[in-house]
Amino acid sequence: MKRKSVLKQVTGAVISASLIFGAQAIKAEDVNVGFVYVGPIGDHGWTYRHDEGRKAVEEALGVKTSFVESVAEGADAERVIRTLATNGNNLIFTTSFGYMNPTLKVAKQFPNVKFEHATGYKRADNVSTYSARFYEGRAILGTIAGHMSKNGVVGYIASFPIPEVVRGINAFTIAMRKVNPEAIIKVVWVNSWYDPGKEGDAAKALIDQGADIITQHTDSPAPLQVAEQRGVYAFGQASDMSAFAPKAQLTAIIDDWNPYYIARVKAAMEGNWASTDTWDGLKEGMVAMAPYGDVVPADVRAAADSVKASIIDGSFHPFQGPVNNQAGENVVKTGDVLDDGALLGMDWYVEGVQGQLPN
Amino acid sequence: MNEIIIAAVLTIITAATPLLYAALGEMITEKSGILNLGVEGMILLGAVCGFATVHFTGSGTLAVFAGLLAGMALSSVFAVLTLWFQASQVASGLALTIFGIGLSALLGKDLVGIAYEGLPKLFILGITDIPLIGPLLFSHDILVYGSFVLPLAVAWFLKYSRAGLILRAVGDSHDAAHAIGFSVLRIRLMAILFGGAMSGLAGAYLSLAYSPLWIENMSAGRGWIALALVVFATWRPGRVFLGAYLFGGITILQLHAQALGIGVPSQVMSMLPYLATIAVLVLISRDRNKIKLNAPACIGKPFHPTS
Amino acid sequence: MGVSPSGALYAFFIQPLTSLYGWAELGVKATPLVLIGIALSIGFRAGVWNIGAEGQLTLGAICGGGVALLFYEVDSVFVLPLMIIAGMLGGMFWAAIPAFLRVRFNANEILTSLMLTYVATLLLSLLVHGPWRDPDGFNFPESRIFSDSATLPTILQGTRLHLGALFALGGVLLTWVLMARTIIGFQVGVIGQAPAAGKYAGFSINQIIWFTLLLGGAFAGLSGLIEVAGPIGQLLPSISPGYGFTAIIVAFVGRLHPVGVLFAGLLLALSYLGGETAQITMNLPLAVTGVFQGLLLFFLLACDVLIGYRLQIKQTKTTATQGVSS
Repeated sequence: MKRKSVLKQVTGAVISASLIFGAQAIKAEDVNVGFVYVGPIGDHGWTYRHDEGRKAVEEALGVKTSFVESVAEGADAERVIRTLATNGNNLIFTTSFGYMNPTLKVAKQFPNVKFEHATGYKRADNVSTYSARFYEGRAILGTIAGHMSKNGVVGYIASFPIPEVVRGINAFTIAMRKVNPEAIIKVVWVNSWYDPGKEGDAAKALIDQGADIITQHTDSPAPLQVAEQRGVYAFGQASDMSAFAPKAQLTAIIDDWNPYYIARVKAAMEGNWASTDTWDGLKEGMVAMAPYGDVVPADVRAAADSVKASIIDGSFHPFQGPVNNQAGENVVKTGDVLDDGALLGMDWYVEGVQGQLPN
Repeated sequence: MNEIIIAAVLTIITAATPLLYAALGEMITEKSGILNLGVEGMILLGAVCGFATVHFTGSGTLAVFAGLLAGMALSSVFAVLTLWFQASQVASGLALTIFGIGLSALLGKDLVGIAYEGLPKLFILGITDIPLIGPLLFSHDILVYGSFVLPLAVAWFLKYSRAGLILRAVGDSHDAAHAIGFSVLRIRLMAILFGGAMSGLAGAYLSLAYSPLWIENMSAGRGWIALALVVFATWRPGRVFLGAYLFGGITILQLHAQALGIGVPSQVMSMLPYLATIAVLVLISRDRNKIKLNAPACIGKPFHPTS
Repeated sequence: MGVSPSGALYAFFIQPLTSLYGWAELGVKATPLVLIGIALSIGFRAGVWNIGAEGQLTLGAICGGGVALLFYEVDSVFVLPLMIIAGMLGGMFWAAIPAFLRVRFNANEILTSLMLTYVATLLLSLLVHGPWRDPDGFNFPESRIFSDSATLPTILQGTRLHLGALFALGGVLLTWVLMARTIIGFQVGVIGQAPAAGKYAGFSINQIIWFTLLLGGAFAGLSGLIEVAGPIGQLLPSISPGYGFTAIIVAFVGRLHPVGVLFAGLLLALSYLGGETAQITMNLPLAVTGVFQGLLLFFLLACDVLIGYRLQIKQTKTTATQGVSS
């Protein structure tokens, strides 16, 4: 621990950082990249997409990568991150919110290793954060749902009541009600990211309760399969899931970490990596949309495309006023836009969401 | 409203079916005096082998058999350990789960992301069209029909068949059964294999019908629920049926309640199936002697043929 | 898998222990396994099937962690002892439910303790997603980070090895004395091996049920508290990767003996650490680790019998029966 105290004395961590990084830039092949995953790489959801990103890095830049899957967000995380660091990985991506504090703890002990933490809000000189504006994709889904739902009842399968999920529900609802002001959302929380049986059951329950479109913030394609069987529509999550629901999938939000991962590893190789906060969306390609399903008519495609284009060119924001909360009170005035801080900690429903937010 | 109720019951049936298979299989195993805690692992192996078979051969029938055989094969490892090596049943069962989770993930590596439309539903001409009863009882796939019959078959087997009597004798007193001249090990082997086969079928149902796909760990703890249901049922097939439908029913009803917008935290809703199962167990457990009548007295105890 | 077996074995069993930090981590990982394992093994000896230690652990974390959050502003040496007591009481409370239901209503503790595990996990989720969220944490589901006076001190500079590891060693010693030297320990043994004999001797089965379940709850609750006050340092939606269940294996691999449990806990902990190293250094997927762990356990369990047989030859007619009954 002597090294740590010596480094602490160096005032201006930027100088020390650039010295260390500068030295490393000489040998590009010296960048080894580690990944910590919260689920198994075979989850076909969140972790699967991050692992695709890892493979893309290997392919594009030829660097050595390693990963540890299914790392519990508890006492184990710190050890795994540290072990990756001691085994020569000098750029480490920790890909779940629960790794935030362990990442920072290890980062303090390894000032010359760079860390990237997904979906968190704490940074350091050697810890960047990155996340995707999935709510932008949700706004497109909502637009399509507003057009495609015949009875204006959409079922939303949700995992856990965290801001990320609530933000998605709200963005979807706002966009949907722009098209059909009468439409409502029914939310079912399954308290899991990952239980195909239960997700499918939730989809069935929602369809039985009248929903004619299903959307989800859980990982498995089971709800789409149910939608396909029952002849209703659905949206894919994390990956293009049209293989599971060729008729039912209208489109899907795709998590695409590849460009970001490649850019960051490249930056580390070239010696110009610096701690940043990235929150990219459709514009940067971190959030991508799957091709439309065959049943989506041309006018709906055009409407969805225009929402997408206006989000990308910045002329429209999914949380642009007027936005009312569940009680019907105006919370964002016409012309205003919710700032990122409000989005980050969102814990209230907008008008049109049925039921109470559990918290 | 009527349609919603029918639809909800149909969902409950699919939720209860895997629990029913696994629990009934485990019940037979336990009746012979063996406690196999590896249900979760056997379900997963059954699920992945069933799915792999349907993917490579396209035959649902073969896939169901593959699931059954896979569960059986894994249970044979347990049988060797506990019967011949006389290893601790509890520890062997738990090790079996760890092994099964790992092996299924390994085998299923390339099956993630592949779709299958699900086992065909077998409609019976004329009967399926009867209102209420038709859709509820006669609009299912082969495994659901099987799950209707299985509790009856198991109940008949235990109560009336000679083999069933021998099985119970072995479970109640292996020394006495051995003295009479029954091969305790052979009978227990059969019981373990049957339990494995049924867990394998439960897994096949998960990956072929319930949510026809393969994802690592897709059983999401259903094996443990099945184990608990055997205890809940006090080793009686009718009560296994009741327990599986009670548990599945409350799970589905809480989802419906959420969809209706009832303002109770979802975590509290999700607790309901567990709390209800405890409550019902308390209600039905009060007669000690009745439970003793059905509980296999030798459960968990190793048998030494020489002593 | 295209890797050399010897390399894999090295990554699994040697490499994690090539540094002081690695040894300390072994202690951190083994602590909850050993603590819960020894308490459960006493219950299993008596034929009391507490398989809900995971839930009791969670309650311990909730109660102990609740105290830490309650006294967040208080800087006092009494906070930590209070948390420890609260954690143990929490675990005991959760274990008292199956004990009460078994004694009063004859409800089987296997089912009740398992079901209560799921309830406990959901309760923790409810609290961490709701009232106990970090007020400065953008509504993310985690509590504040505990203050220094609510954190277990580390006992080895530069590592995460904390006071809890000493609790685990103390627990081993305590239960050993308990089983070998006390009347209640004797009763546990007798009732497990021969319930009828225990009854004739006038031992109260109900008392044993209460005793073993409460002891299991206390130790599980303590280890839950140790996790949140030690290596984690805050409350998260899930705080244990199944320690309560793994401890059941630990208890049996350790042949239900406190010292055996200690070694079994260390071995299991090492296999987890080794699994991580094997993934990092050899790119072996986690699934292979699981298969390997399963095979290792099969092997250990099969060996167990060979040891048992040797004992049998020396002492005529003593069966290697483990004290399990329903």
